[in-house]
Amino acid sequence: MKDKFKIIIDGKELPARHGQTILEIANNNGIYIPTLCNFEGLKPQASCRICSVKVNGRPMTACTTTVSPGMEIENDTPEMNELRKIIVETMFVTGNHFCPSCEKSGNCELQALAYRFKMDVPRFPYSFSKRDIDASNPKIMIDHNRCIKCKRCARGIKTDDGKDLFAFKNRGEKIEISIDNELAKNISDEKAQEAMDICPVGAIIKKERGFIDPIGTRKYDNKPIGSKVKEVQ
Amino acid sequence: MREVINNIISLYKSDKTRLMDMLLDIQEKFNYIPDNAIDTLVEKLDLPKVHILETISFYHFLTLKNTGKYTIYLNDSVSAYMSGRKEVAETFEKEIGIKFNSVTNDGLIGLFDTSCIGMSDQEPAALINNKVFTNLTIAKVKEIVKNIKDGKDINSLMKANLGNGKNSSKLIQSMVNNNIRVIKSILSDEYIPGSALMKIIEQERDEVINEIENSELRGHGGAGFPTDLKWKFTAKTPEGKRYIFCNADEGEPGTFKDRVILTERPELMFEGMATCGYAINSDEGVLYLRHEYKYLKKYLENVLNKMRKRNLLGKDILGQKGFNFDIRIQLGGGAYVCGEETALLESTKGNRGEPRYKPPFPAVKGYLDKPTVINNVETLCSVVKILNKGNYWFKKMGTEESRGTKLLSISGDCEKPGVYEIKWGITINEMLHMAGAEDVQAVQVSGPSGNCISPSQFNNQIRYSDLGTGGSMVIIGKHRDLLKDVVMNYTNFFIGESCGSCVPCRNLIVIYRNTLQKVIDGKGVQADLDNMLEWEKVMKMNRCGLGQTSSNPIVTTLKNFPELYENKIIEDSDLIPTFDISKAIQEYCDATGRKPIIEE
Ligand SMILES: Cc1cc2nc3c(=O)[nH]c(=O)nc-3n(C[C@H](O)[C@H](O)[C@H](O)COP(=O)(O)O)c2cc1C
Ligand code: SF4
Ligand code: SF4
Ligand code: FES
Repeated sequence: MKDKFKIIIDGKELPARHGQTILEIANNNGIYIPTLCNFEGLKPQASCRICSVKVNGRPMTACTTTVSPGMEIENDTPEMNELRKIIVETMFVTGNHFCPSCEKSGNCELQALAYRFKMDVPRFPYSFSKRDIDASNPKIMIDHNRCIKCKRCARGIKTDDGKDLFAFKNRGEKIEISIDNELAKNISDEKAQEAMDICPVGAIIKKERGFIDPIGTRKYDNKPIGSKVKEVQ
Repeated sequence: MREVINNIISLYKSDKTRLMDMLLDIQEKFNYIPDNAIDTLVEKLDLPKVHILETISFYHFLTLKNTGKYTIYLNDSVSAYMSGRKEVAETFEKEIGIKFNSVTNDGLIGLFDTSCIGMSDQEPAALINNKVFTNLTIAKVKEIVKNIKDGKDINSLMKANLGNGKNSSKLIQSMVNNNIRVIKSILSDEYIPGSALMKIIEQERDEVINEIENSELRGHGGAGFPTDLKWKFTAKTPEGKRYIFCNADEGEPGTFKDRVILTERPELMFEGMATCGYAINSDEGVLYLRHEYKYLKKYLENVLNKMRKRNLLGKDILGQKGFNFDIRIQLGGGAYVCGEETALLESTKGNRGEPRYKPPFPAVKGYLDKPTVINNVETLCSVVKILNKGNYWFKKMGTEESRGTKLLSISGDCEKPGVYEIKWGITINEMLHMAGAEDVQAVQVSGPSGNCISPSQFNNQIRYSDLGTGGSMVIIGKHRDLLKDVVMNYTNFFIGESCGSCVPCRNLIVIYRNTLQKVIDGKGVQADLDNMLEWEKVMKMNRCGLGQTSSNPIVTTLKNFPELYENKIIEDSDLIPTFDISKAIQEYCDATGRKPIIEE
């Protein structure tokens, strides 16, 4: 098997090697493929489906699919972007996202994706689901209204001796993120900050911290999500 | 209690990959998983508590609350409703004095809904303490509840109504009937256990796979993947531990053919596993048995023991040095999605049954990361038949791309529901005729994940290039309300069974359901119908087959029965009337005694 070959993304020929994912190649070449559940350094979960691209006509997730010769990939097309936008909108109506009062506003990847896809208002009716806020932990607050079940916390945040703090509870529409409050009681401030940072939305908030960045200096205030990738070139 | 838990843990040698068995045993013992049992598991297995809770909360038959000394799970599938489930359910509620999904105050009886339990040919049916009660009527329910309340043995009622075939044998003792209607190959009694093994030990491994290749056998689990290819991929992996799984999760609503094989031809299936073991050089097999079929477990274990005694399993099988193969049974915990092969493997490891992304395929990286073949019950039976009778015999039956026979599970509005073994290629009309079905409105081919077809398609053939199927066939009569009674039920089934990981499978399908409800309520507009067709593209972006097909009940009926939808929408309106002003002010009007004046 030849180790180096070419693949095509949106008509552009790009160098590729076996073992690389479509996402890696795109990122290396200044092509933005939107992602949400993916987080650099963590094993992909492939649950948000936002990074879906068409590989020779079939939808596949860019964060998990490794490349092979002959792949022709559609990414930044009106069709794919519309389908991604639908996914983003379903998240807004299924949870309760009140951006103006959220500590993560401006730094939130979901909000940033909504802006990027030019969502004014979701096309679906809101479900106004009843969700809890768990503030029992001294270090962090879990706001289930905002959780999008990407499991980035579960994959990335462990206790100092490597124990899991987060996992899922239930299944289907009833699925929730759950936290081992017994273990989480004793996490350090740094760990709490790490947990807040790994969460793409405002579902994990470090206590006694909220609203620190002034408007205008937040992550996505001046440039849309994905701009960093394009600076590669 | 601690001692009981400790005993259970040591029964599985404190092996954390056997968490599922431990949890099932604890559930069986206490009717729930007590908090301190979880703490003990955390301590002894060194597993995170959140992980154990993640597993428990995923499975329908594992609970954190007591489900009652008598736990009743009444099936709520389409076939059940067609056979009078509503009245039966109401009688249960009335006689016990509680609503569904609750337990009596004294903790005696718990009453719950459950997805299809594989008894569509004898509904309404319920599981009571893991025993199956079939063909329920109002009178039977009254008697069951009375017996329970009087502290009598509920099994006595069952014992008076034992089913046919092996169902009445000592180790099963169930009310289930086989309802075998047509026999061709797999269900024929012309089979001597061990006959295929005897033959193959004279052959090279490759020869066995070649015979399967030449037969052009395709998997019977639904997808129709060539069996020989799957085996070859696994056989090609580097030397080492390999596993064989038989998929007996049979969860697609309306399917029950594997139940009949498990009851009447288990030796055939186990021999198929051993055959595969020989072909791909594996020494360990697992039968993944859905929890609903727990009533067969003792019997199946006895069959395994008998096969071990006859040296059809175990060490140096039939005297062939180095041919070692044995099988254990893994019970599921109640989750349709665990029929998906990667979810099945996760579940066997004691994790939540979440399908993972592929590749890597299980053939390369499967159970405990080892190469693993997963085949359906019926596929493994066909393997033995092919080796016994030769690929020519097999290939002569069926059609060019669909060789051999197929077991159909036929239920719904017909005279003779049951299992029919057909040659691939018959038409739906021929099938309906066999089953004694008249005035048919629709046939749900391959269960809810398949295709709901209309009479204009009844001349189509059952074969992969036309109407491919895993075997579920639900016949829907003209008198049924297709959208309300069938499509809504199936959509709710998928909502309840999604693992919840992928966003569209978790969120969009609920939006589908709400939109369908809106249409049923007469408040839909043309845009709703167009949208539901369009969103299918998003559903196809889900990770596994469940999410990719969960909009099929709606989408295929929209395509095949457009008039049912069009007749219900508000014509010439672009307005989406989700807001009902009279309803919104109803409470106010009631309180003030005023009448609203709303101009149309
Ligand atoms: C949601 C879902 C449920 C499934 N359920 C079953 C099942 O109950 N039994 C089965 O044999 N295959 C089931 N399958 C298919 C399996 O993933 C797998 O393809 C099959 O067991 C392979 O066996 P075969 O090649 O012999 O058909 C299911 C697939 C999906 C996506
Ligand atoms: S809490 Fe945050 S990181 Fe964890 S699953 Fe929810 S959204 Fe993802
Ligand atoms: S499609 Fe649905 S059931 Fe399948 S992995 Fe995704 S969320 Fe789970
Ligand atoms: S980023 Fe790939 S599926 Fe979420």
